Amino acid sequence: MKKGRFSSATLLLSFVLSACTGGENPTGTSTVQGDASGSRLEVVKGRGTLICGINGDVPGFSFVNEQGEYSGIDVDLCRAIAAALFDDPSKIEFRPVSAQERFTAVQAGEVDVLSRNTTWTLNRDTAVGMEFGPTIFYDGQGMMTAKASGITQLKNLEGKSVCVLAGTTTEQNLADRMRKEGVKNYNPVVSDNDDALYAAYEQGRCEAVTSDRSKLVARQSILSKPDEHVLLDVVMSKEPLGPVVANGDSAWYDAVKWITYTLIQAEEFGITSQNLSTFENSQDPNIRRFLGLDEKLGEDMELPNDFASRIIKHVGNYGEIYDRNIGKPFALERDLNNLWTNGGLLYSPPFR
Amino acid sequence: MTTTTNLGSKPPVNSVSPLTWVKKNLFSTWYNGILTILSLLFLYGIGSGLLRWTFTQAQWGVIGANLRLFFVGLYPQTLIWRPWTSLGIIIIMGGFSWGILTRKGAIFSRTTLIILGILGATCVALSIPAGIQSSLLLWGMLFLLIIGAVVGRRVGTRIPAIANWLPLIWLVTFFVLLWLLEGGLFLRQVRRDDLSGLILTLFVAIVSIVLSFPFGVLLALGRQSSLPAIRWLSIAYIELIRGLPLIGILFMAQVMLPLVLPSGVRLERVVRAIAGFTIFTAAYLAENVRGGLQSVPRGQVEAAKALGLSIPLVLIFIVLPQAIKAVIPTIVGQFISLFKDTSLLAIVGLVDLLGISQSILASPKYLGRYGEIYLFIAVIYWICCYSMSLASRKLENQLGRD
Repeated sequence: MKKGRFSSATLLLSFVLSACTGGENPTGTSTVQGDASGSRLEVVKGRGTLICGINGDVPGFSFVNEQGEYSGIDVDLCRAIAAALFDDPSKIEFRPVSAQERFTAVQAGEVDVLSRNTTWTLNRDTAVGMEFGPTIFYDGQGMMTAKASGITQLKNLEGKSVCVLAGTTTEQNLADRMRKEGVKNYNPVVSDNDDALYAAYEQGRCEAVTSDRSKLVARQSILSKPDEHVLLDVVMSKEPLGPVVANGDSAWYDAVKWITYTLIQAEEFGITSQNLSTFENSQDPNIRRFLGLDEKLGEDMELPNDFASRIIKHVGNYGEIYDRNIGKPFALERDLNNLWTNGGLLYSPPFR
Repeated sequence: MTTTTNLGSKPPVNSVSPLTWVKKNLFSTWYNGILTILSLLFLYGIGSGLLRWTFTQAQWGVIGANLRLFFVGLYPQTLIWRPWTSLGIIIIMGGFSWGILTRKGAIFSRTTLIILGILGATCVALSIPAGIQSSLLLWGMLFLLIIGAVVGRRVGTRIPAIANWLPLIWLVTFFVLLWLLEGGLFLRQVRRDDLSGLILTLFVAIVSIVLSFPFGVLLALGRQSSLPAIRWLSIAYIELIRGLPLIGILFMAQVMLPLVLPSGVRLERVVRAIAGFTIFTAAYLAENVRGGLQSVPRGQVEAAKALGLSIPLVLIFIVLPQAIKAVIPTIVGQFISLFKDTSLLAIVGLVDLLGISQSILASPKYLGRYGEIYLFIAVIYWICCYSMSLASRKLENQLGRD
């Protein structure tokens, strides 16, 4: 009786062992090629799918919608790259990466591109060994208060409490800025996560709450009385967010960079996913070059010549992406994230 | 709960009225009375707040709309029949095993009927958020469970030896389920890294439990070995791992492993996580099992050796069965804590039950619905853990009877 029990248990052990370490799944083990054997661009094309590192839980940037698909502005950038390479925005493996492992994941080749609300800083660009693509979202730290509190500038916070996320650059920025403004007595109320942070604010445990402006606006819309709160007209830090690839792979970096610029340039030309077909007979030489009707801009960087029209067809231009993910759901003004022609910072170098 | 009574005299009638019970137990002295009142006020404060929130403020729509996401996560929607079929197989196998194991006693005791009733009612209640279709499917599952139990009972009484083969049957089932969920061989492939939600939690927990148990037993034996090399290595392993936090091991497995592995080899993230959990839990299990080993009297080993059994046979037939039986509660406790620890997957970037909840919470539509969502997944975690401890108690009773 006992013998049978134990022999089958031993079998069980050996089978499970072989199943989990053997990697019966063909995608289980795949080769990661170093820089020497070619650019990542070739690796991605050869693989047929793009591996995109995302955050997974930032409103407007990357989250799971009801259909069980990732969605958000970071996610749409990944889709644009896949659309340019494969003419199919679904050929992506999304890989949620934590804040700690994100740069390691890029260096080890775990992800091809990191589109994970990552701030472009000197240190990350140089010492950490990353290469930053064009900024797709200019964020900055802001401050929200109740209208009734009478606080209109940071100086008014003397002796007041401010809710802030623990252990982030936000906390550091707040301290720096307050010292600069000469506010000596303020009481930071720290919380561990966003939900706790805004719950504390709503319960009145602090007079003001500070975080990235995009987050503040998103959260304001779900407070019990959104109209009674207001964002102060201060930007306490610069947070340019954009795609990241590994250092030392110029071909892949160029591809990601120009795919990102395509989104901006398309908006500048006024080409959207809706009206794309009307531009096919355009006489404007700039637009003809951009859409790959004349000359061969795509080939210069080993992309198909119609990469721009593929992107616009599947994902839309920057304005469409912004409206879909941030503008409509949160009613956040474009401000800095507008085209340079409309007073923003988005500016694409010429496509020629 | 059977008590032997003297047929001649009737048992004394329990004449305690509720009022005297209250007086005796809650208001026996003045300070007990004050404590009772304070506790009641406290419970009322918490309970009424919770009830008010549950029925007036909470917006439970978020649970119903995302039910599929919680359970199967990002599993392709068109292939949703595969998780359903897997669930069906698990349930019919569970019923089958249940039937076999309870073949000696009454199958539909009062407790099981109550549990079945609750399950049935839950299936009906689920039709409100999940739709009538899912509810009917769940009813079908309940039906499968009963069929499996009846069949298992028949088979079990006819061929009692089949009980010994249950682990092997479950092993085969595991691979069938793996194939069904991940595809390959005639089925469309679903990447293992795409498993998410409750499926991922269960997958990681079950595989880690099954793997860490034999490792833990081997380490415990190694620690008691008379060979110094094996003994010292086991001790070093156990003490090193027990001195590290689990989250550290998981980060090492996710972040450091790719840098250390030869370029060209890339382990899946899920496999890396399972490796981390197994490494960690094995060390703790080893100490649990060692406690059991030390509780087996030396005379047992000496007697077995005197009978001419070799050392492996002594271990397998004499020592381990007694040792492991003695420490079942602590081992199951370890497994329960492993199951709960799978929520750390969310921190290392895998989308388990907690991870998918955080992703849903980031959806603009459901921003700020954390109370409802966290309460919901807490209930799921509780159901899983409580079933484990129930099963362990059953197992103890069963082994105690043998």
